[in-house]
Amino acid sequence: MAVLAKSCDHTDQTQDKIYHLGNESMSIARYSLIAAAVLSISACGKQEPAQQAASEPAASAASAAPSGGGDTVKLGHAAPLTGNIAHLGKDNEYGVKMAIDEINDAGGADIGGKKVKFELVSEDDQADPKTATTVAQRFVDQKVVGVVGHLNSGTTIPASKIYSDAGIPQVSPSATAVAYTAQGFKTTFRVMANDAQQGKVLGEFAATKLGAKKVAIVDDRTAYGQGLADEFEKAAKASGAEVVKREFTTNQETDFNAILTSIKGAKPDLIFYGGMDAQAAPLKKQAKKLGIGAKIMGGDGTQTPEFIKLSGSDSEGMISSSPGMPKEQMPGGQAFLDKFKAKFGTEVQLYAPYCYDSVKVLVEAMKKAGSTEPAKYLPELSKIEYQGVTGNVSFDDKGDLKNGPITLYQVKGGKWEVLEIAGGAAK
Amino acid sequence: MDIFLQQIINGLVVGSIYALIALGYTMVYGIMQLINFAHGEIVMIGAMVTITCINLLIGAGVNLPGPLLLLAGLLMAIPISMLLGFTIERVAYRPLRRAPRLAPLITAIGVSIVLQQVAMLIWGRNYRPFPQILPTTVHDFFGAAVTDLQIAIVILSLVLMAGLFWLIEKTRLGRAMRATAQNPEVAGLMGVNINTVISMTFIIGSSLGAVAGVMVAANYDQAHAYMGFMIGLKAFTAAVLGGIGNIGGAVVGGLLLGIIESLGSGYLGDLTGGFLGSHYKDIFAFVVLIGVLVFRPSGLLGERVAERA
Repeated sequence: MAVLAKSCDHTDQTQDKIYHLGNESMSIARYSLIAAAVLSISACGKQEPAQQAASEPAASAASAAPSGGGDTVKLGHAAPLTGNIAHLGKDNEYGVKMAIDEINDAGGADIGGKKVKFELVSEDDQADPKTATTVAQRFVDQKVVGVVGHLNSGTTIPASKIYSDAGIPQVSPSATAVAYTAQGFKTTFRVMANDAQQGKVLGEFAATKLGAKKVAIVDDRTAYGQGLADEFEKAAKASGAEVVKREFTTNQETDFNAILTSIKGAKPDLIFYGGMDAQAAPLKKQAKKLGIGAKIMGGDGTQTPEFIKLSGSDSEGMISSSPGMPKEQMPGGQAFLDKFKAKFGTEVQLYAPYCYDSVKVLVEAMKKAGSTEPAKYLPELSKIEYQGVTGNVSFDDKGDLKNGPITLYQVKGGKWEVLEIAGGAAK
Repeated sequence: MDIFLQQIINGLVVGSIYALIALGYTMVYGIMQLINFAHGEIVMIGAMVTITCINLLIGAGVNLPGPLLLLAGLLMAIPISMLLGFTIERVAYRPLRRAPRLAPLITAIGVSIVLQQVAMLIWGRNYRPFPQILPTTVHDFFGAAVTDLQIAIVILSLVLMAGLFWLIEKTRLGRAMRATAQNPEVAGLMGVNINTVISMTFIIGSSLGAVAGVMVAANYDQAHAYMGFMIGLKAFTAAVLGGIGNIGGAVVGGLLLGIIESLGSGYLGDLTGGFLGSHYKDIFAFVVLIGVLVFRPSGLLGERVAERA
C-alpha cells in the first residue's frame, strides 16, 4: 500500500540500525553451531516464534495432527509486525491465519485427490525494503509454496524479484504501486486496485460527476504521487477536462502559497493533489486562506484520519479515493467482520479481508491444478475466477486485479463519508 | 498583476520569518564567529512548546480569544527557548571558546541532532497540527488575498527588528555587544563582562527564534520535529546573503530570499516551459547562497573580512 510505503520513509535511522543489529546477530547465531536453546536467548524476541514454527513443523498449531495420508505445505506471509504500522501487519497476519485455519479445520483442501493442510510461516519485514528481501530469501529457503504479502509497495517490489527467481507465486493484499506488477514477472499478483486504476477513477469522477472543466494538478514527485497524478491527468483529459496548470512540490514541503497563487491565476474548478496527507492538509488550508474556491481532491494517501486531524475544520469538502470497498459493504463483509471479531477479539483494521482472499485464491488455484507445486498451479492462478469476501477476484495478464473497486470519500462534518463506489478500470 | 502582487506578499511573509531567524545566526556569528547550527532547532522547539501550551489551555477549558491564547503560548515558549539558548551556549560552546573553530561547529551540529531527537521523543515523529484558534478571514488587497495572521507576522517582525536595532545601537548592553564583536579581549579589559554579553546574545537570538517558530507553525498550521533543519538552513542562507555578522544584512537577506523564493517557485515552471518546476524551490535558496559566496563572499551588506582581521 502506497500510504504506508511513504510513511516508513520517516522511520528514523536509529531504529533502523537497531533492527539491523538484531538481524545480524540473528543470522550469525543461526549459522554458528550453537544449539537452538542458545539461539532463542541471543536472538531478538518477536521474530522468534515464526522461525521456530518454521524450523519445527511439529510445534506449529496449524499442522496439528494431519489426518492419514494428508500433506502439509507451507504458506508464507510477510508484513511489518513491529514498528509504527505493526497494527496493520498483525491485521494482515490475522486475515491469513483465519483463511488457513478454516481450511485446516475442514480437514484440509482437496488438492490432487489428497487432503492438504497448510502451515502459516509469518515473518516480520519491518516495512523495510532490505529486511523484506531477507525475509523473502528465508521463505525461498523454507520452500513455501506461495506468499501472501508484503504489505507496503516499498517492500513488495524488492521482494518480488526473489520470489520470481524462485518461481513462487506472490499475492499482495495491499501494494498499490504500479511498478509491482509492471516488472514483467509471472509470479506477481495483487487483489487490490493499483494506483493507475485509482488515478483513472479519480480523473473520470472529477471531469464527469464533479463537472470540473479546468483542473490544476500538483504532485510531490514521489513514485506514488507522480504516478497517481499522471494517471489522473490522462483520465481527466480523456473525459473532457482541461489541465490548466501542473505544479510540483516535495514530500517535505509545508508552504504551498507560491504554487497555489499561480494556480489561482489559472482559475481551475478543481485541484488534484498526488501525495500524502501531511502535505495535502496544509495545501487545503492555504488554498482557503488564498481565497481559492476550487474543489480539492486526492488519492488514498490523503484519505486518512490524519488528514482530518491536520486540517481541522478546513478539511470539509475534501474528496479522496481509496482502493477497495468500505469493509461493511464488501460482498462477504459483515459475516467476515463478525467471524474475525469472534476469532481474534479485535476489529478488522484495514486489509485483513484482502489477506483472507489472497490465501483462498492461492488455494483455489492449487485445487484447479491438482498440485501444490508452484510451477504447476501458477498458470491456474493467472486465469482464476474467484468470488471472495472482497468481491470478484481475477487477474489481467500483468497480475493486476481486474475491475478492482475504488471508493470515493468526502469529508463531511469532520468524517470521511462514502460518496460513491466505482468499479476499477479493467484493461 | 494580482498574481504577481500575491507572490510578493507570500514572499514578504516568509521573508520576514527568515529574517527573524537569520538575526539569531548573524548576532552569534558577529560576536563569536560561530555558526550556531542548533538555532533552527530552537525555532522548532518554540513552535512545539506553543502548540502544546495552547492545547493544554484549551484542554483545561480556558475560554480566551484566539490571539490571547496564542500570546499565552508564546509567553511560555519564549522563556523556554531563552533558557535553552543560554544552556546550549554554556554547555556546548563556552568550554570550546578557545578551541579551533572547527570544534564548536561540530558541536553545534551535534546539539542540533540531539535537540531534534529529544523533540521526537517528547512530541513524537508525526506532524502536529496548530490549533485552530485564529480567524481565517481573507482580506482583499488589490486583488491579492491577505489574512490577519500574515499582516500580524510582517508587522511583528518589523517591530522586533526595530527593537533589536534600538537595543544594539542605543543601550548599554548593545554597546557592550558591539564592543565584544570588535575585539572581545579589549572589550574585556575595558570592563565588559564577555560571558554575560555572549549569554545575552544567545538569549535574545533564541527568543526571536521562538517567535519565528510560532509564526511558521501558525502560518502553515503544523509543526514537526524536523522542521528546524530546513528553515534554519534557509535563514542561514539569508544571513549569508545579507552579510553574516551584519544585523541589517540579515533583515535584507531574509526578505530578499523570501521574495526570490516565492517568485521563483511561482514563475520558474512557466519560464522554463515546465522543464524546472516549483519543486525546485529549495534549490533556489542554495543557488543564491552559492552565487553570493562566489561573487561576494562577505554578502550584500557585509563588511570585508580583511577589516575584521
